[in-house]
Amino acid sequence: MKFELVFRHWDLFLSGVWVTLHLTALALIIGFMIALPAALSLTRRSRFSPLVRGYVYFFRGTPLLVQTYLIYYGLAQFEFVRESWAWFFLREAWWCALIAFSLNSGAYTAEILRGAIATTPKGEIDGAKALGLSERQVTWLILLPSALRRALPQYGNEVVFMLHGTVVASIITIQDILGVGRTVNAKYYIAYEGLLSAAALYMVITFTLVWVFRRVEKRYLRHLDIDFGQTGKKPGKVAGADAGVPQMR
Amino acid sequence: MNSSGEIVGFDIDIANALCDKIGKSCKMVQSEWDGIIPALIERKCDAIIASMSITEERMQIIDFSTKYYNSPGRFIAKEGAGLTDTAEGLAGKVVGLQRGTTFNDFMDGEMPDVELKLYGTQDEVYLDLTAGRIDAAFADSIAMSDGFLNTDAGKGYAFFGRDYLEVKYFGVGAGIAVRKGEEDLRDAFSAAIQAIRDSGEYKAINDKYFAVDIFGG
Repeated sequence: MKFELVFRHWDLFLSGVWVTLHLTALALIIGFMIALPAALSLTRRSRFSPLVRGYVYFFRGTPLLVQTYLIYYGLAQFEFVRESWAWFFLREAWWCALIAFSLNSGAYTAEILRGAIATTPKGEIDGAKALGLSERQVTWLILLPSALRRALPQYGNEVVFMLHGTVVASIITIQDILGVGRTVNAKYYIAYEGLLSAAALYMVITFTLVWVFRRVEKRYLRHLDIDFGQTGKKPGKVAGADAGVPQMR
Repeated sequence: MNSSGEIVGFDIDIANALCDKIGKSCKMVQSEWDGIIPALIERKCDAIIASMSITEERMQIIDFSTKYYNSPGRFIAKEGAGLTDTAEGLAGKVVGLQRGTTFNDFMDGEMPDVELKLYGTQDEVYLDLTAGRIDAAFADSIAMSDGFLNTDAGKGYAFFGRDYLEVKYFGVGAGIAVRKGEEDLRDAFSAAIQAIRDSGEYKAINDKYFAVDIFGG
């Protein structure tokens, strides 16, 4: 094992970490902005529901790699795409990756939020209505705060999946963590060192994210009295496995 | 690759002819370029017949037969793009090439300031060249005339600049790579190359793909 070759290129790996984090964060933010209205339209019959359902089916039904390839190499085959204003973005691998990742994350997040909204205890909504809140107020003051909290554990998974999904960027010439690992491998005809270093970096980022989500869940799901497996406390009324779908009885 | 999914091409025909001469049955496996030397070292294959240049750097970890052809590296770009093949002429331009190739080493060593885009396969380089994402490509001249310039996709593209044959980067031609310590296999391949040169089989394969003799001087 020749890890000194990896250390010699620590600056490349550092820039790879930045590219990966940058892509992941932006894709999650844009994805969330797509997912929120999409989830609301999925849970109530609206004009856009079929369209939104089609979008979610397509992006959850096909691999991220294929989606990225279609946007990067596929769209570039059409002359009218290359001559339109969109080429300004689609020309760059970075934008293609961001578009693909955002749409993908948007579809998965929409499904997570839809589930959380659909399992909102009926009593919470009835109570709000009884207090005379308008439809809009019920959505923004009761439904979404309650659903978003309960969606946290699953959303934490989506964040980690998205982080790992960004490796796809390396095959469309982006020098993310994996891209740098492969370049270093190729430069010195080695097989493991570059990949192992990349794996270690992904692991550090993943564990940091998992830790952050644990803290956030602890804070925002406290009212559900969940045992997070660290306190040694006996499970409360709602067991950990059911955390996403507490039932009012 | 042909319609029945078999791997085809100059290297494959040469490989089959050499295996015949040695009297062994060979199984062909495909590999991504940047993992091909590790695959040989890890014994996932026993020889590499993939237009691999015999370079000093590679000789430190693997062994080579004598060359079976030698062709220069060259740049290609859109016809009339007016590019020159110097660091100044390529400043602000993007050059696409295959990751981990001799062309990659050359650019890193001689034109470190020119922006590179690294691809896993040469086909992806051509896709992005025609899409206009890169301004030029740098690779083996014969591979590019055969695989791109002489195809429909390559219409309107042409070579520019000189031939690149610097031994320091590009070695002394393409050879068959084997693991270190396997002198018998190496020498068998070298002898087989000489044998198909003498018997005319080499010429037949050469002429099937190329208009010129690519063995080189």
